[in-house]
Amino acid sequence: MSMALYAKEKNPYQPHLARIVRIHPMVKDNYLFQFRFLEEELAKGFTHRPGQFVMLSVLGTGEAPISISSSPTRPGIIELCVRRVGRVTDALYRLQHNDLVGIRGPYGNGFPVEEMEGNHLLIVAGGLGMAPLRSLLWYALDHRSRFQDIILMYGAKSPAEMLFREELVSLTNRHDLSCLLTVDRDDTGTWKQHVGLLPSLFDHATIDAAHTYAAVCGPPVVFKYVLEKLLERGFSKDRILMSLERRMKCGVGKCGHCSVGYKYTCIHGPIYTYWDAINMPEII
Amino acid sequence: MKYLKLPKEKMDFFTFILHKFGEVHAPLKRGDGQFAFGKVPTWSEVALDYNRTILPPKKYFLRPVDTMFRFSQERGYEPIIEDGERRIILFGVHSCDIYSLKILDLVFAGKYVDNYYFTRRRQVGIIGIDCTPDEHCFCHSMRADSVSDGFDLFLSDLGDSYLALVGTSLGDDLVLAAGPLFQEVTRSDILEYKRRSNERRKAFKLEVELRDFAGIMEMEYGSSTWQELGEKCLSCGSCSMVCPTCYCYDVFDELNLDLLSGQRKRMWDSCLRREHALVAGGENFREHRSDRVKFRYYHKQRGFVAEYGRPSCVGCGRCIVACPAQIDIVKVIEKIRGEESGNYPVEHGAVR
Repeated sequence: MSMALYAKEKNPYQPHLARIVRIHPMVKDNYLFQFRFLEEELAKGFTHRPGQFVMLSVLGTGEAPISISSSPTRPGIIELCVRRVGRVTDALYRLQHNDLVGIRGPYGNGFPVEEMEGNHLLIVAGGLGMAPLRSLLWYALDHRSRFQDIILMYGAKSPAEMLFREELVSLTNRHDLSCLLTVDRDDTGTWKQHVGLLPSLFDHATIDAAHTYAAVCGPPVVFKYVLEKLLERGFSKDRILMSLERRMKCGVGKCGHCSVGYKYTCIHGPIYTYWDAINMPEII
Repeated sequence: MKYLKLPKEKMDFFTFILHKFGEVHAPLKRGDGQFAFGKVPTWSEVALDYNRTILPPKKYFLRPVDTMFRFSQERGYEPIIEDGERRIILFGVHSCDIYSLKILDLVFAGKYVDNYYFTRRRQVGIIGIDCTPDEHCFCHSMRADSVSDGFDLFLSDLGDSYLALVGTSLGDDLVLAAGPLFQEVTRSDILEYKRRSNERRKAFKLEVELRDFAGIMEMEYGSSTWQELGEKCLSCGSCSMVCPTCYCYDVFDELNLDLLSGQRKRMWDSCLRREHALVAGGENFREHRSDRVKFRYYHKQRGFVAEYGRPSCVGCGRCIVACPAQIDIVKVIEKIRGEESGNYPVEHGAVR
């Protein structure tokens, strides 16, 4: 039987080789990996919407969906905040600077940024939920004039568990951004930001709900309390955008694993409005 | 549409001619009253009066296990897609199975076209054949009891001959290659075709009503029926394996002995398996068997309708026959609709 190698761009499952440019150990088992595609054309041409994800292959171990942490406003390098939690990610942690991985994408709907532009932006992240939201944060900051007020609320258990801590702390100095950071408890004694649970940050923010889009990501408990706060403040359910995760094998709407209710997270998600979510069982 | 007549005594000649177009595969006996599509050794072993094959024709297009890439450190991921040289003529496919391929086509097309699937679709010619429903067929309710496309040739029994509908240019080539084997259809052939068609419609014993089922499923999402089913279901996934429209697959990498190269493969998967909705870190969105059984129904009868406009079920009855716990989809739908005649699911044991 003869085999034919199809043109790579015709195959939606084709991973493209990318080099690990830098590994930044941010938080224990949550490193930031920077990648660049080997093919120069791809390295320059790759773009995405904030909130989209890629399928990451580590040779011999399979593929995993990882949300993109970098902003499309800063092309050339793809940044993935990868949690060491499964076979593929475990293998990634054994790789070093200059090693090769496979990447394909971007996939998913991403945030409806065109629709959000012209409005205030409220980003609410809990724990590892900052990973996908950082892309949106930098997109908005790099297109600062397209948005009105920008508020970031981010809560982690402790300073050591805060993703992008140094970067975000330095953003608290910006005057065109209200950057509210909190930790459940400060075990360092040097934490100068807020201490308390994430929802308590709502006490420090003035929000004009009617003209704001909220983007939320975090563990289920964060969704529960943050959604409560947002509804209290008068947010309409289709202006609350949530980033969700599911098991995925294909990323392109075929393999069936990420199906929730009647939606595929890889095609219709991973960004859902709260209204979508209410209408889908078992979503959070 | 072009239609002709093929006398039954000419059938072995015709299949001889088919070999020029590709390897002929057809339903073959597989012991204990079961059937399977396979390569035809001699025409006498073909069982054209079969009720249903164990596995549906999807096995030709979405293989149980399939190699997608070979990979190595130096060469990256190289796709492996068989080219169009090898042809198969799949002979004797029922309407429901032809319909199921049209459903799979919807899934594997779209924004991201799956060429592994479509390359094989192009390599396989389909000759359909009509059938008589048995006690597990509910294709009539699923509107898959007849098809007007999706085949190259479709044969309908007229007694001594078959009426052959020509569906595609390949189908026409098959007919032309057979030359005088095919004859003109007479008026009485048409009357006989219509008589048999009307009779067949009356032969369906099993009906389910699905027109407003999507809405009812929403309302019955919390129904205790799902709990009862969860207690019966063994999570074996047999229903998915034999389902002509189930397409879920798992992807895995297999390393060669050098540990530096290998193959990326995909394999049929089932939403009944515990791992199906498990995400990294151990969170499982469908932890309980009842969640997974419910999901299967919900996806086929509700989710797929929202996405593609019809349920992903053709009423072939394979899942009813294959389930080791005697779960019967028709009874489940009746139960959810509040139409069940007896105590679910005990009575079905007697039916088998």
